[in-house]
Amino acid sequence: MTLLHFELLGAALFCLGLYGALARRSAVLVLMSIELMLNGVNVLLVAFAAYGVRDNATGLVIAIFVITIAAAEVALAMAIVLRLFRSRGSVNVDEIDALRG
Amino acid sequence: MIDVRDVLYVAVGLFALFNGLMVVTLSLVWLERKFLGRLQGRVGPTRVGPFGLLQAVADAVKLLMKEDVSPGPAARVIFYAAPLLVFVPGFVVWLTIPFARDLAVRNLELGIFFFIAFSVLSIVGLVLAGWSSASKYAALGGFRSAAQLVSYEIPIIMTLLAVVVVAGTMNIAEVVEAQASAPYAALLPLAAAVFLLAGIAEVGRTPFDIYFAESEVVGGPFVEYSGAHWAVFFLAEYVNTFVIAALMALLFLGGWRWPFGADLPPAAGVALVLAKTYAVVLVIFWLRATYPRLRIDQLMSLGWKALIPLSFAAVLIAAAQQFYGWPVWSLTVLSVAILAVPAVLQVRLQRQPAMERARRYARRAIAERARGTGEAVR
Amino acid sequence: MALAAFYVLALVTLGGAIGVVTVRNIIHAALFLLVTLGGVAGFFALLYAEFLALAQVLIYSGAVVIVILFALMLTRRGEVELMDEHRRWPVAAAVSFGLFAVMAAAFIADAARYQADVRSSVSLDALGAVLFERWAAPFEIASLVLLVALIGAIVIARSGGRDEG
Repeated sequence: MTLLHFELLGAALFCLGLYGALARRSAVLVLMSIELMLNGVNVLLVAFAAYGVRDNATGLVIAIFVITIAAAEVALAMAIVLRLFRSRGSVNVDEIDALRG
Repeated sequence: MIDVRDVLYVAVGLFALFNGLMVVTLSLVWLERKFLGRLQGRVGPTRVGPFGLLQAVADAVKLLMKEDVSPGPAARVIFYAAPLLVFVPGFVVWLTIPFARDLAVRNLELGIFFFIAFSVLSIVGLVLAGWSSASKYAALGGFRSAAQLVSYEIPIIMTLLAVVVVAGTMNIAEVVEAQASAPYAALLPLAAAVFLLAGIAEVGRTPFDIYFAESEVVGGPFVEYSGAHWAVFFLAEYVNTFVIAALMALLFLGGWRWPFGADLPPAAGVALVLAKTYAVVLVIFWLRATYPRLRIDQLMSLGWKALIPLSFAAVLIAAAQQFYGWPVWSLTVLSVAILAVPAVLQVRLQRQPAMERARRYARRAIAERARGTGEAVR
Repeated sequence: MALAAFYVLALVTLGGAIGVVTVRNIIHAALFLLVTLGGVAGFFALLYAEFLALAQVLIYSGAVVIVILFALMLTRRGEVELMDEHRRWPVAAAVSFGLFAVMAAAFIADAARYQADVRSSVSLDALGAVLFERWAAPFEIASLVLLVALIGAIVIARSGGRDEG
C-alpha cells in the first residue's frame, strides 16, 4: 500500500467527478460531481501528508479547509438552485443559458 | 497496522453489544409502559407474563407477523434502505461507549467526536424514509424531522465540547476518570441541562416528538412502514434514548468513578453505570408523562433562541476557566448565574396574566395579517 | 491486511463514484454519493487521519448529503421522477480519461521516490497547535466565509419568487 495506490485513487475520484460535472444535466448532480472532485483532492492531500512528502500537518490542515469551504459552497449553491427552480421551473443546465430573469 | 485479530475482536464485540442492546430495549419498553402507567394513575401491562414483563416480546412477535407493505417499484430500494440508515449509525455509536475502565469494544481517542459524527447520519435516513413513502404527510414529517434534528445537533455538539475542554480529552473513559473529585453535572450544570434537553429533542421523545406524532402528521416519516421495518425505527428510538442516557451518566454524572473512587471491582462499576443510566432514562420517561408536546415553531424557537446561546455560553465559560486558570468552582458559579437568566425570564413570563399575553399575541397576529405576509393566525 | 482493506474500500468508493455520475434516478445518485463519501472517510482512517475521517463523516455524509437531498426533493417538476440523461458523455469521457492518463503517468513516473511506509498520525494536540498558530488567519477567514455563505443562502433562498411557506 504505497503512496501510488492513494495517488491513483485520488486521481480517479477527481476524474470521475470531472466526467459528472461535464456530462450531467441537472444542476444538483453537477454539484454532486464537484463534491466528488473535492474529495479526490482531499484524498491526495491527506495521502501526501501521511507519507511524509512535506511536513506532516500541512496537508491535513488544508484538507480541513477544503471540507469547510466545500460545505459553505454547497449551502450557497443549493440556495441558488432553489431560486433558479422557482423562477424558471427547471434546473437543467442546458436550459439555463440567458442572463435575463 | 490493522490486524486480523483486531477485526475479529471488534466483530465479536459488536455482536455481543447487539444482543445486549436488544435485551436493554426490551427492558426499556416494559419500563416505560409500567412507569408511565403508574404516573398516569394506572397499572400498565399486566397480562403477558409476570408483571407484564413479556409485553415487549408480544409486541415484537405481533410486529414481525404483519404484512409487508411498500410503495411502487421506483422508491422501493430507498424505502427499504431508510430504516437501516436510521438504525445502523445509532448502533455503531456503541463501539466507543465504555461501561467500565476496560469494558468498551474500542476505546477511541476521539470517542465523543465519533458519537457526534455518527448521530448526524441517522438524519439522512429519516429524510429518505419520509420522501420515499409517497405520501405528503410522510414527506412533511421527514422535512420537519430533519429541521428539528439538525437544529438540536448544535447544542449537543457545543455542550460536549464544553466537557472536552474541561476534561482535556475526547476519550470517554478518560473523561469519566477525570470526574474523580466532582461530577461534571456539578461543575457544568449549564452544559448538563442543555445536553439533556437537546438529547431528548435529538431522540425525538415527547415533548419533542411532533414530527412523528399520530395526532399531528399521522406518524410522519414512519406512516407507510409496517411490521418489521417499523420495528427497526422503534428499536432505533430506544437505542438512541439509551445512548443519550448513557452519555449523560458517563460524561456528566461521573460514570463508574464517582462517588466511590477507583478501587471498585469492575462488576460493581458496571452496575453503578447502569444504575445511573437507568435513572436518567426514568427522568426522560418522567418528562414524557408530564409535559405536553411542543408545536414545531415552539420547538424551533426553544432550540435556536434558548438552547444554542446557552450552549455557546457553556463553551465560553469552560474555555475562559481553562485559559485564565480560574479555580474549578468558578465554573459552577458562572453556570448557575447564566442558568438564572432563562429561569428569571420564565418566572416573569408565567407571572403575567394569561389574558393580557393572549391579547398582545392576537394584536400582533392581526397586524401581521393586515400587512399581508400570509402568516397563519394560531 | 491493510492492503485488503484498501482494495475493498477502493471498490466501494469508486463504485459509488461511478454510480453518482451514471445512474438515472437522482435520489439513487445521492445515495451513491453518501456511499462514496463514507468510503473516502475510510481512506482517511487508513491514513491514520482519524480526526479528518470523523470530520468527513460529520460534515460531508451528514450535513452536505442532507442539503443535497433537500435540494433534490424541492426541485422536482411535478410528480414525475426526474430522470437524468447524459448526452455529451463521449466528449466528457474522453476529457476525464485523458486527464486521468496524464495524472497517472506523472504519479507512476515519480513512484520510485516515495517508497516509505505510512507514518503514524498527527496527534490532535499537534493538529490544533498548527491550526491555531500557523494557520490562524486562514482559519478566521474560513469562519467568515461560512458566515457569509449562511447569510447569503438565507437571503437568496427566501426573497421573491413563489414562496412555498
